Amino acid sequence: MAESKDIDRNGVQIGVYVCHCGTNIAGTVDVKALTEYAATLPGVTMARNYKYVCSTPGQELIKRDIHELGLNRIVVAACSPCLHEKTFRNVVAEAGLNPYYFQMVNIREHDSWVHTDKRAATEKGKDLIRAAVRRVRLHKPLERKRVSINPAVLIVGGGIAGIHAALTMANAGKHVYLVERDATIGGHMAMFDKTFPTLDCAACILTPKMTAVKSHHNITLWTLSEVTQVDGYVGNYQVTIKHKPRYVIEDACVGCMECIDACVYKQAKVPDEFNMYLGKRKPIYIPFPQAVPQVVVIDRESCIEFKSGKCKKTCVEVCADRKAIDFKQQETTETIEVGTIILATGFFTFDAKRVPYYGYGIYPNVYTGLEVERLINAAGPTNGEVILRDGRKPQRVAIVHCVGSRDENTNRYCSRVCCMYSLKLAHLIKEKTEAEVFNFYIDMRTPGKGFEEFYNRVADEGTHFVRGRVADIYPNPGDGGRLLVCAEDTLMSTVRKIPVDMVVLSTGLEPQADAQDVRRRFHITCSTEGFFLERHPKLAPVNTFTDGVFLAGCCQGPKDIPDTVAQAGAAAAEALALIDIGYIEQEPNTAHVLEEVCSGCKTCIPLCPYQAISFAENKKKAEINEVLCKGCGTCVASCPSGSVQQNLFEDEQIFAEIEGLLAYA
Amino acid sequence: MTREKPKIAFYWCASCGGCEEAVVDLAEEILDVVAAADIVFWPVALDFKRRDVEQMPDGSILATFLNGAIRTSEQEEMAKLLRRKSKLLVAFGSCSHLGGIPGLANLFTRESILQTVYFETPTTENPECVLPGVPGKDGNGKLTLPYFSERVRALDQVVEVDYYLPGCPPLPRIITRAVATLLGEHLPDKGSVLAPDEALCTECPRKDSKPEKIALKSFKRPQEILIDETQCLLAQGLLCLGPATRAGCEAPCVQGNMPCTGCCGPPGRVRDQGAKALSAIASLVDSQDEQEIDTVLASIPDPVGTFYRYSLPASLLAHSRKV
Repeated sequence: MAESKDIDRNGVQIGVYVCHCGTNIAGTVDVKALTEYAATLPGVTMARNYKYVCSTPGQELIKRDIHELGLNRIVVAACSPCLHEKTFRNVVAEAGLNPYYFQMVNIREHDSWVHTDKRAATEKGKDLIRAAVRRVRLHKPLERKRVSINPAVLIVGGGIAGIHAALTMANAGKHVYLVERDATIGGHMAMFDKTFPTLDCAACILTPKMTAVKSHHNITLWTLSEVTQVDGYVGNYQVTIKHKPRYVIEDACVGCMECIDACVYKQAKVPDEFNMYLGKRKPIYIPFPQAVPQVVVIDRESCIEFKSGKCKKTCVEVCADRKAIDFKQQETTETIEVGTIILATGFFTFDAKRVPYYGYGIYPNVYTGLEVERLINAAGPTNGEVILRDGRKPQRVAIVHCVGSRDENTNRYCSRVCCMYSLKLAHLIKEKTEAEVFNFYIDMRTPGKGFEEFYNRVADEGTHFVRGRVADIYPNPGDGGRLLVCAEDTLMSTVRKIPVDMVVLSTGLEPQADAQDVRRRFHITCSTEGFFLERHPKLAPVNTFTDGVFLAGCCQGPKDIPDTVAQAGAAAAEALALIDIGYIEQEPNTAHVLEEVCSGCKTCIPLCPYQAISFAENKKKAEINEVLCKGCGTCVASCPSGSVQQNLFEDEQIFAEIEGLLAYA
Repeated sequence: MTREKPKIAFYWCASCGGCEEAVVDLAEEILDVVAAADIVFWPVALDFKRRDVEQMPDGSILATFLNGAIRTSEQEEMAKLLRRKSKLLVAFGSCSHLGGIPGLANLFTRESILQTVYFETPTTENPECVLPGVPGKDGNGKLTLPYFSERVRALDQVVEVDYYLPGCPPLPRIITRAVATLLGEHLPDKGSVLAPDEALCTECPRKDSKPEKIALKSFKRPQEILIDETQCLLAQGLLCLGPATRAGCEAPCVQGNMPCTGCCGPPGRVRDQGAKALSAIASLVDSQDEQEIDTVLASIPDPVGTFYRYSLPASLLAHSRKV
């Protein structure tokens, strides 16, 4: 179609700036030819090329032209808009124009970097510029909207990640709701005896933080609670929380634990979850001595009052006037309003039964790492003695690395912490039992501060290292119940069968069993392994694709305590950064319903991935909450009557762009 | 001397005659039209000839209502002639508005159509090989059928059109309202479609029964199910194009328990009715599995004929003839 230079009736004056990007673009695209071509396009007043348009002189050039030539639309042909669209919109705004009178053309990633034929690449550049020039003349001035942010934060999960994030936020003066589904906070870290590589006592460094959470005036701690629903949007979330019954009134209980002694069960008979079922507890119990809150809990599955209704209720008698025990407690829900959310829901330890040839659950002397952690712990079921189920002290112990990690049949990924905790267990077992310890490993992975040194120390202590994946574990006939651990020692190129008294399986870390439900509830995504997905693996590691929802700790992927704490701090900082600005600026490329003509057919409503569209019953028309809208355009494309339009992507703008692209000169 | 009454004309091109019926269906109201205006040309009802029109001064007809699409050279000549003689040219009915059902012929080449129609259908006897546009051998050799063009066009693809009356055919209430508007003092914007610019759901009596989410494992044809007379037809799996079709007809088809087929064309904001309807309908498919999606979509027997039943020549697919 022939175009003449004077067809513009709206006084549109376009400036086109072609960037060389050093030789990134200019090496493959004839930027001079592009500039000359752009100058011939209708509406174009000025076309220039420049070595780096994004540089300060490049930006000044655009501003000067806007002032001196009266340009009112700017097209920059350079790199991806992901990189510099914001830069140039700011330039346009600083020159006094609406920042959306701008269009970026990607002649680098879409052109020079993907082509070798200079002539063809230059022609393609012309097409792309022509499309942008046709589109930009139809741009309309748009405004960014501001939405205020509720300063309260919800933190889900009371492990070390949640605890650290909660204390950081609370110390900064923000109100924190910390929600934990178990009866106590502390998470996995509370179960550990020592931490690698420094061998700090885990409880000694964790419990002060736990009690700080409980006593902090800015933290509302809810244990035995779960998030059931999340509505709203960044800055203004409405979160529904379910409080499960504890059967003990938290405010009335003083943690004297007399009720536990008074329980009609004279002996503890119920397998104890906290001790990996290696010990026993009563139906009324406290998960572990330093539990926070220091409040007992009743397990209705084993409590006689719940089972028969005919218990003497000696616990109630001894509680006397405090009247803390309440068998009639019901589940309750409440809704809170927060501006930001930090997910710190942790991990699930790999179920060793899924590798049947290691004999876990079949041979009593095969343990998981976490079980041994409890055996070593002074507050554990054996008061810190490493003894087998029959009471014997093991003389030879095998530690098997990579159980449920780096394995085609279970999980392909490395769980990151197992090598180090295996070394730690080797050290502690040796210290406690003087046993001979064999570590079976595939590769020794010790990339961290003091990690390699710790490995050398454990090796120096006399722990044996066998490089090879364990193939089989089975009883050694006629050897008093000893197990044979078979592996190919790849350093010696020989198959070794080592008889041991105890096997420790270093199980890997997996996503929580309900990670997918949680993901949906919080409108975020998971990576292929099932861990929550960060927005960018390098540059936004604690953000998610949902604004205002952040990640901390192992829910995002396996990591050790220092990394978890660092990430929790980062998540808190990101949340604080949002809160302290006080408002959120929203990109205006949102969709809106043309209310007068919407027929109320509801086609768009279920398609919105952000639940931004609702049906207004009074008007019988669709309504878009602009704050929730991310500008994906799904509703716009689906609206059968063309009654949803999107800023910056109006039909006429898109058609102008397509026609420009196809109008090969 | 009494003021001369405005003149109006009716003409038909590639159409079924239903639009003419629609004018007759005005019944007594036609008298109101005649009272207000003189009908100077209406070949289906009155004996005027082309030469009568040719002798009228240019622009002497206030409004010509032209129905039918444009396929032959004769239709094109008449459209141009009437355009010249009329102040206002109104595309009357789906075929003139968007190409209509005759427009579906654009799915086939001119040659294959002529081959089928002039030689292959069982009832055709054409020993002299008469074809449109080719001078006949009989008589003095001058009789020629009008040329049959490459493709079917909507009226505005041939001449400038002032207004459009949608529908197959336009309903009497739309016609009388339009005539009154055109005879009145305030003319709507040129290029307007003389019907509301919303989709049919607005006036559908079953609107309230439409759920927020419809998830379909298969599409149904009306003869395959017992249709609930109160519930949204789309929700019952029937391909109702109401959401993608201009309102104004007050949904007589739906009231007759049949789905909307889209004859009033799209609302003004939509360039391609079929594409819009298709993307909305596709969103109802209840599957994430590609094979299953194919199976669900296979329950739509004639997608082009379904989604572009009345609008193929005016659509973005207008130029694709090879299918």
